[in-house]
Amino acid sequence: MHVLAESHLRLSVNAEDYVILAVYFLVVLGIGFAARTRVKTALDYFVAGRSLPAWVTGLAFVSANLGATEVIGQAANGAQYGAMTVHYYWVGAIPAMVFLAIFMMPFYYGSRVRSVPEFLGRRYDGSTQALNAVVFAIAQVLIAGINLYALAIVVQAMLGWPQWVSIVVAGAFVLVYITLGGLSSAIYNEVLQFFVIVVSLVPVVLLSLKKAGGWAAMKTKIDASVLGNPGLHAWRNTGFGSHNPMDASWLSIVFGLGFVLSFGYWTTNFAEIQRALSAKNMSAARRTPVIASYPKVFLPLITVLPGMLALVLVPGLGKTYQYNDAIPLLIRDVLPNGVLGLALTGLLASFMAGMAANVSSFNTVLTTDIWEPFLRPGRSDEYYVRLGRWFTVAGVAAGVGTAFIAASFSNLMNYMQTLFGFFNAPVFATFLVGLIWRRMSNAGAFCGLAAGITGAILVYILSVNHVVDLGSSLNVSFIVAAIGFAVDIVVSVLVSLVTTPVEQSRLEGLVWGSNPDPGAAAALSRAGRGSTIALGAGVLVIALILYILVF
Amino acid sequence: MSRLFELRVIIGGLFLVYGVILTVTGAVDNGAQLAKAQGVRINLWTGLVMLAIGVVFLAWGVARPDNPDQES
Repeated sequence: MHVLAESHLRLSVNAEDYVILAVYFLVVLGIGFAARTRVKTALDYFVAGRSLPAWVTGLAFVSANLGATEVIGQAANGAQYGAMTVHYYWVGAIPAMVFLAIFMMPFYYGSRVRSVPEFLGRRYDGSTQALNAVVFAIAQVLIAGINLYALAIVVQAMLGWPQWVSIVVAGAFVLVYITLGGLSSAIYNEVLQFFVIVVSLVPVVLLSLKKAGGWAAMKTKIDASVLGNPGLHAWRNTGFGSHNPMDASWLSIVFGLGFVLSFGYWTTNFAEIQRALSAKNMSAARRTPVIASYPKVFLPLITVLPGMLALVLVPGLGKTYQYNDAIPLLIRDVLPNGVLGLALTGLLASFMAGMAANVSSFNTVLTTDIWEPFLRPGRSDEYYVRLGRWFTVAGVAAGVGTAFIAASFSNLMNYMQTLFGFFNAPVFATFLVGLIWRRMSNAGAFCGLAAGITGAILVYILSVNHVVDLGSSLNVSFIVAAIGFAVDIVVSVLVSLVTTPVEQSRLEGLVWGSNPDPGAAAALSRAGRGSTIALGAGVLVIALILYILVF
Repeated sequence: MSRLFELRVIIGGLFLVYGVILTVTGAVDNGAQLAKAQGVRINLWTGLVMLAIGVVFLAWGVARPDNPDQES
């Protein structure tokens, strides 16, 4: 296993930086304590009482994903693969978020479920719900480990504490603030950290750009770097047989990364969906993902771009230094004390918010999708809230363990994309077919999901052991996802055709063409539809324009 | 738990505090600090931007308190 942080990355932090850091953490703990006095019911704890306005859930939606894998991982990708990294945003996240808002959110929110597995439980039965819940819980614990590990990198660079001490201390802090206030304190902190991380990364980018000699000079230097000219273009070198830094063709980018991986992640990942489920009404729930897509479309400027700048500014990146160190290195080199403290606050806040999102969705799924339906049904609200708090403790403890797994990968994003290929792509298939096709049966859903996950893991094992050659590790994650998706669909359809269909009257509000909120008037269930479509079209146009600029 | 507490006031307050700290730092930054930041008074600029954002959030939170029952 790789032992992290050779002692060369150390930051010169002074008292002022610590004051800035301390102020933030006092505010975060204050939110936790204030939220604690208001959490009365299980609904409060797990979906924040369905009370939050759209701008809060929208920013929490983008922020829940703005953890270590995004800030550290996309900068690492920017340095390693260049401008092609923007595909994660513009062909990946943005279309998926718009799709989620327009086509899927009405069904999630209208069905009054508390989690994604619970929706699958309604559409199919308990077996698919349990399978999805278990797989999701495992994935969240692994990703929580990535966030904790990234926290440890920063704490170590700042204080020089040993890695394991940093991991344990950071874990304890996250534990305090989510056990106290449940989902609402997690969401409030996500919104707060969103502003802090953005404001603190902008100076890093501007100063690095100045240091590189400006935009044109940066391009010349990348042209002359290991990436060469292909590092400056998103699509130009993606024809079959052409060489590009990702070794991926346009087909695997559009289908593997865009359609399967990103749609799978953004439309079924409960850590994201949970933010929208806490919205105060149908209109706010629908608008949550599109509101999130507006900051998202510009995030490459503070994630991918600093990675590319680090490549030209830091000699030895990718050799003496890991790609994961790109942003911490720039912070060390260009930020004076003051904004340095702010940037460290932003990074720590971002990783803790990412971890809080993992753990708060983990405890919800364990409580509402495994414990309550299958093990101890019909207990009191207090019982489930208390249980949720214990699962939070368990989730953080497990995250400490998985942080050491994350430490063994030199590019965190690749590690996580591989996990998503295993877990999200097949769930997306099960979801999508179930929404489109009324005939999809319970047995079909379960067998398809199990086969999809198994198929994805098998292909990954074959490729790791060089039985098949699928190109760069990034391309492997696209192909693994595509195979998980395809196997899921084929098996689901075949099994559905030979098994008993679901009773059709039960599908109201769970399949396309029915009223997503059967309890409410048709006008109410359409609330926010027009503005969501308009906002969605707007962000797609922006993504297209940005693509033309870096074609 | 209709209204937990006003998030906009918390964001605004935090940004005001940070804005003041950074603006003051930026005003007194010495040669070494400036050299590290490519000659830019980055603390000053970031501080002023944060003050402005803080004021906007406070004004928004005070002027239009969130009403959970109302369509926003």
